[in-house]
Amino acid sequence: MKPLIGEHSLFGPVDPAAEAGYVDPPARKGFFTDTSVCIGCKACEVACKEWNEIPDDGFSLTGMSYDNTVSLSANTWRHVAFVEQPAAPAAATDGAGTVDLGMPGPPPPTSPEGAQATEELPDFRWLMSSDVCKHCTHAACLDVCPTGSLFRTEFGTVVVQPDICNGCGYCVPACPYGVIERRTGPEGAKNVGIAQKCTLCYDRIGDGQRPACAQACPTESIQYGDVDELRERAKARVEQLHEAGVMDARLYGADPDDGVGGAGAFFLLLDEPEVYGLPPDPVVTTRDLPHMFRRASAAAAALLVGAAVAFAGRRG
Amino acid sequence: MIQGSNMAEAHPVGFQWVMEAKARGAKVIHVDPRFTRTSALADQFVPIRVGTDIAFLGGVINHVLQNELDFREYVVAYTNAATILSEDFQDTDDLDGLFSGFDPETRTYDPASWQYADAGQKQEGQGRQQHEEQRETASALQHETHGLNVEGDPPRDPTLQHPRCVYQVLKRHYSRYTPELVERVCGVSQEEFLEVCRAWTEASGRERTTALVYSVGWTQHSVGVQYIRTGAILQLLLGNMGRPGGGIMALRGHASIQGSTDIPTLFNILPGYLPMPNANQHESFQDWIDSVRHPGSKGFWDNAGAYAVNLLKAYWGDAATADNDFCFDYLPRITGDHGTYRTVMDMIDGKVKGYFLLGQNPAVGSAHGRAQRLGMANLDWLVVRDLFEIESATFWKNSPEVETGEIVPEECRTEVFLFPAASHVEKEGTFTQTQRMLQWRTKAVEPPGDARSELWFFYHLGRMVRERLADSTEERDRPLLDLAWDYPLHGEHDEPSAEAVLKEINGYEVATGRPLSSFTEMKDDGSTLGGCWIYTGVYADGVNQAARRKPGREQSYVAPEWGWAWPANRRNLYNRASADPDGNPWSERKRLVWWDPDKGENGEWTGDDVPDFERTKPPTYRPDEGQGGIAAIAGNDPFIMQGDGKGSLFVPQGLIDGPLPTHYEPVESPFRNVLYGQQANPTRKEYDRDDNPMNPSPPELHSDVYPFVFTTSRLTEHHTAGGMSRYLQYLAELQPEMFVEVSPALAAERGLQHGGWCHVVTSRAAIEGRVLVTERLRPLRVDGRTVHTVWLPYHWGSGGFVTGDSANDLLGIALDPNVLIQESKVGTCDVLPGRRPRGRAVLDLVASYKERSGVDVDPGTPIVTVGPDADVHDHRDPVMRKEDGDP
Amino acid sequence: MVRTPLDWPVLRQLRGPDVLGRGPAARSRDTEELTPRTKTADRVVGSVCPYCAVGCAQRVFVKDEKVVQIEGDPDSPVNRGRLCPKGSASKNLVTSPLRQQTIRYRAPYATEWQELDLGTAMEMVADRVVKARNDTWQDIDEKNRRVRRTLGIASLGGATLDNEENYLIKKLFTAMGAIQIENQARI
Repeated sequence: MKPLIGEHSLFGPVDPAAEAGYVDPPARKGFFTDTSVCIGCKACEVACKEWNEIPDDGFSLTGMSYDNTVSLSANTWRHVAFVEQPAAPAAATDGAGTVDLGMPGPPPPTSPEGAQATEELPDFRWLMSSDVCKHCTHAACLDVCPTGSLFRTEFGTVVVQPDICNGCGYCVPACPYGVIERRTGPEGAKNVGIAQKCTLCYDRIGDGQRPACAQACPTESIQYGDVDELRERAKARVEQLHEAGVMDARLYGADPDDGVGGAGAFFLLLDEPEVYGLPPDPVVTTRDLPHMFRRASAAAAALLVGAAVAFAGRRG
Repeated sequence: MIQGSNMAEAHPVGFQWVMEAKARGAKVIHVDPRFTRTSALADQFVPIRVGTDIAFLGGVINHVLQNELDFREYVVAYTNAATILSEDFQDTDDLDGLFSGFDPETRTYDPASWQYADAGQKQEGQGRQQHEEQRETASALQHETHGLNVEGDPPRDPTLQHPRCVYQVLKRHYSRYTPELVERVCGVSQEEFLEVCRAWTEASGRERTTALVYSVGWTQHSVGVQYIRTGAILQLLLGNMGRPGGGIMALRGHASIQGSTDIPTLFNILPGYLPMPNANQHESFQDWIDSVRHPGSKGFWDNAGAYAVNLLKAYWGDAATADNDFCFDYLPRITGDHGTYRTVMDMIDGKVKGYFLLGQNPAVGSAHGRAQRLGMANLDWLVVRDLFEIESATFWKNSPEVETGEIVPEECRTEVFLFPAASHVEKEGTFTQTQRMLQWRTKAVEPPGDARSELWFFYHLGRMVRERLADSTEERDRPLLDLAWDYPLHGEHDEPSAEAVLKEINGYEVATGRPLSSFTEMKDDGSTLGGCWIYTGVYADGVNQAARRKPGREQSYVAPEWGWAWPANRRNLYNRASADPDGNPWSERKRLVWWDPDKGENGEWTGDDVPDFERTKPPTYRPDEGQGGIAAIAGNDPFIMQGDGKGSLFVPQGLIDGPLPTHYEPVESPFRNVLYGQQANPTRKEYDRDDNPMNPSPPELHSDVYPFVFTTSRLTEHHTAGGMSRYLQYLAELQPEMFVEVSPALAAERGLQHGGWCHVVTSRAAIEGRVLVTERLRPLRVDGRTVHTVWLPYHWGSGGFVTGDSANDLLGIALDPNVLIQESKVGTCDVLPGRRPRGRAVLDLVASYKERSGVDVDPGTPIVTVGPDADVHDHRDPVMRKEDGDP
Repeated sequence: MVRTPLDWPVLRQLRGPDVLGRGPAARSRDTEELTPRTKTADRVVGSVCPYCAVGCAQRVFVKDEKVVQIEGDPDSPVNRGRLCPKGSASKNLVTSPLRQQTIRYRAPYATEWQELDLGTAMEMVADRVVKARNDTWQDIDEKNRRVRRTLGIASLGGATLDNEENYLIKKLFTAMGAIQIENQARI
C-alpha cells in the first residue's frame, strides 16, 4: 500500500499532479519568463486583470522607476519589476563598502561629480521582469490550507477555490515568495476577504487556451507550455545568451532539486535574483513537516509508553 | 536603426518584429535623447542632444561618401546622384547656412537655381511667390505622393565625377559633418558615432539591408521634414529602399492617422492627396488638374484628371457633369494657412463661431494648451464628441485658466455640447494602419445610451442641415443641396451603412454600379465615380477586401490576403528596386519582386509582393524622346511617382526650406549653431504674437534664463492626451501621476528630491510634476558645455482617474514650413524644486521669467541671423532697454 | 450534478489516491463547472485595436449583447494574437464606469452641465451650423478672389476615426464651405 506521505510529498523532485492523486494527468503546465526580452510594457498585468476581473491596485506613484504596482498581491497577479542599474564598475571599485540589496527602484541620487563619471560610463542597464506565482512543485500555501480551498490541478498548478476559502490566511505567511494575499478591497470587488493569486488561468488552459498574460505578451517574454519542454527551451536560451557573451544569464526556479522542488513558473534572469526582488534560495516552508511529524510521533509514542508504564507501574 | 522613435514603448506589439530580427542576429541601434525601454533592448544606445539629428545623420552620410561605402550600382541606376545641377546653385557653405535664392524679406527661396541643368528655368521670382504660398498651405503634405516634376532629360554623369552632379554636391555639402563636429554638436562621442557608421554600412548592400524606424521624434521639429529627408538620403545611398528588410518605417501613433491623411480631415488636401483648390492658383478646373499632373511631366500623376473627376462625381453625383466641370466651382477655396494652429489664433481673435472636436483633446494634446483653451473660451459653440468627459469639454469649469482667473465661467459665453461617441467595437468601418493597410472592424455590440458613431452624427447632421436649406434659392446652398447624400440606413438608430460608404470610396461604374478594381479603370468623362483613387481596389469585385482575415500562417510572409493595402494591395512601396536594373534580384536572400521573361506573353514582373511597376514593362524598356506620363518611365526606373523615376538625393522642388537637409538649431536652443551663421530654420512658420512668446536663443541675449532643454513623449501605459487611458482603471494605475525625469546631476544642481515635486517654467506656462531622478537621463557635453535634458510625458490633465498638469502647456507654436507641424519635441525651460505657485501667482512667475529674458518686450525670436538683413534684436540688452525707456 | 453523501470531501479523500486532500478530492463544485467565458460567448467578432497605428487585430467576445472579453487575434500576421497594455485594456475602454452615455450641455455663462436628449441636441447643433455658416459666409475674400466658403466653422479630429467617417466628414464640410478641417496628422 502507498504510504500516507511519500518520500517527496513535501520536498524534492516529483510530478505534483500525480503526487496529488491525479491518475494519468496531462503534462504539467507552467510559465517560462525570459526577462532578457521583456520590454516592460505591462501587457501581462493588464491582460491578467481583464481576464480575471481583478480590481485596480490604487493610483499612487511610487518613484520605483516605472513600477507603480509594487509587488505581487491579491490585486496584482502579474507584476513587472523595473531595475535601473548604474554602470557596474562603480560597484566593483567599492568592494568593501555597503552591499546594494538591489531592490527594484531608482539609484540613489549621486553627487554632480558622480554624474560626471557616468558621462564616461554608459554601461547603464534597465532590467525588466514580469513576476508571477511560481506554482511550486511543493506548495506550502496548499499544504497548510485547512479548508482544501487551495488545491493542485491536473496541470500541476496551484489554484485557490473562492467558494471554499474561508479567508483564514494561513497560506499567506506560508508562501516563501510572498505571492499569495487576502484581498482586502476595494469595497464591492469580488472575492474580498479571500486569498488571491495567479491561477495560471485554470479556466483557459482547461479549454486548451493560453493564459491571458502569455497570450498578450508582445515579445514572448512570457512563454506558456509543458514544463518539461519549457525547461529545455530555457536551458537552450541560456546557452545561446552565454555564447553571445551575456554571461550573467541564469535560470531561476527551473531546478527540480531546489527548495520548492522546482517551480512551475520559472525565469531567465540577467542578474542575481535579489536584484529583481526575488528570494535567492527559497525553501518550501513545510519542508520539515515530515521530519517534525516523525519527531512528534516519536515523542507522542514515548509519551504513550511512559504513560502506559506509569499506569502499569501503579497497577503493580 | 531606431531614431526619433521609442518603438518599444509607443508601438510595443510592432516591436516584436524587432525582437525577432534581433534573435536572428540583427543588431539594433537606438539613437535618442533619453534611455528608454527601447534603449534597454537595443544592442547599442547612443544618447544624442535633442534637435541635432540632421547633424548626426549628416555625419553618417559624410562617412559613407568619404569612404565610398555607398551601394554604387544602386545609387547610379536608381537615384539622381548622377544628375547635373544648374550652375547657379549655391550651397549653405557658400552662404553661411542659406541656399541660393533666399529673400530675407519674405524668408522664402526662389528655387530657380536649385534645378537640374538645362531644365526649363522658371521665371525669376515666380518660384518665390509659390514658396510663400506653399508654406502657408503646407504644400509638402500635398506632395506626399506627388513627387518631382521633371520635363525632358536632364544631363547625367554616371561616373559621378562631374563637379555639379548631385553626388559631388552632396559630398561637399556634408564634408563638414565630421565625427569631431558630430561630437561637438550632438554630444555623441566619436567612438560611438563611428560604431553606428560601421554597423549601418556593414549591414547594407547587395546581400544585406538595414531598416530605419522613426516616429514623431523626427516629425515634430521646425526642420522635421528635413530630418526624414536625411534618413531617406542615407537609405538611398546604402541601397536600402524598396527592398525587403530595408526602407524607412514611419511609425504612426493613432489607429487611423494614416487613413485620416489618405482620406483627409486636413485643410489643404482632398481625398487621395488632391490639393484643395487655392483661390490664387486654381482659377479653372484645368488649372487645378494641371497643377497636379504637370502636363508633359512623367509618372503616374499624369492621370490626375480622372482621379479629380471621380472625386467630384462622388461628391455631387448627377449634378456633376462635364458641362459644369463636374461642379469644380462648388469646392471652397483656400487662400493661405487654415491649419489648426492658425485657427486657434483666429478663435482667440474672435473670428471662429463654432468648433467640432472629434475624438481629439487639444486642451491637453496640442502645443500651447493655454492658447487652445483661451480659443475655445471665445467661441459661440463647441461640439465635443468623445467617449469621456475630456478636458476640451470642461475648459470652462476646471482648466488652469479658471484657476488663474483668465477664464471666468460666468463670463464665458461658449455653449458646449458633449456628445457620447461609439467605441471601436460599437461601429463598423476601416482603420488604415501605419503600413497603409486597411482593416475592417465588425460591429460587436450597439453603443450604449446616446452614444453614436461619427458616421451617424455626420450623416444626420448633413440631413438636418439640408432639410433646413431645402427651400433655399441661394446659390451658396447649391453644393449642400446637390450633394450625393443618400446612404442606406439600418438598425433602430438609422445607422448609415459603412460598407456603402466604402464602396463609394472605392469607386464604381455609374451606369451599372460595378465596383472598380483599380484606379486605372477611372474615367475622366463622368462615367465612373470614386471618392479616393488610391483606395480603389479595396472593394474590387464587390468584395470588402479590407475584411479579409486569412490566417497569417496560411500564407506567405508578405500576407497579401490579410486586409488590403493601398495602392493596389502593395505591401512594400517601390519594390522594383529590390531587383537590379536588369530585373534580377540583387541577391537571392534579399529577393522580393523580379522580372520573369517566361511569364505571360513577353515576360512579367512577379514575386512575393504585388510588383510596384507596370506588370508587363520589361527592364529593357526605354521611352522615346518627348514621351510623357507613365510611358516616360523607363524599365529600370523604380521610383515611379517621381518625374525622373529616380530616388531624390537632392530635391530641386517641393521643399520650402532647401534641397538638402542642413543642421539648424531648434527654435529654442541654448546653443549657437556651430555650423553656420544661420541659427535655426530660416523659412519656418511662426506666429509672432504676444500670446505666443518664444524663449530667447543665441545669438540673442538671455537664453540662460531658460537654461535646460526639455522634450516630451509618450509612455507605454498611456495614449496621447490621455483621453483613452486616464479614464481606465487598468491603465491609470500603471502610471498614476504626472512626473518629470531629471538626471542626478541636474537634481543636485537644482535641489530636486526624488519623489518630491518640481515645476518647469517656460515663457508660456509653469507646470508641476513629481520628480523622478534617473540615470536614464544623462548630461551631455556639447560645444564645450554641459547640457541638461528634462523629460516629461504629456498624458495628464484634469480629468479621469489620475490627474496632473499638462506638459504641452509649456510649448510655444513654431512650425515646420513644409507641413505646418509644430516643434513640440524640443524647447528650453527652467526647473525649480517644489510645487508651482497657485492661482494668479503662477502668472506672476511666468511673467518674471519673461521680464528677465526680455520676452516681455519682444515675444518673437530673430529668424534670419546671417547677412546684412540679420534681424537680431539688441533691445533685449538690459542697457538698451533702459535707453529705450522701457520699464 | 447530483451530489451524494459519497461526494463528501472527506470520503472522496479517503476513497481515492488523494489521501492528503490536495488534488482531486479537494475540487469544489465551482471548480468542476469552471468554463472560460471565451467559450461560452454568443459570438466572436473580428476587430482592430483603437490605440496606435500598428493595427493589431482583436477578437471581441460577446455574451448577452455585452462585451465580455477582448484579446489579440492569433490569425493576424501583424500582431499574432499579442496586444500591448492599452490593447489589453480595450475592454476597460469600452466598459469604463466613467464612459459618457448621455448628452451633456453647458449653456452660455453656466457653471454646471445640464442634460439634453439626443434629438434636441442634434436640432440645436444643426441650427447653429446653419447660422454660423450664414453669418460668416464669404463669396469673395478681401482680395476679391472667389472663395465661396466660411471661416466660421472649424473641426479637429479624425485620426482615431474610421476612413468612412472621415470621408463623410470631409464631404459634408466641403459642401458646407468649411475649410478649417484638421486632425492629429497635423500635430
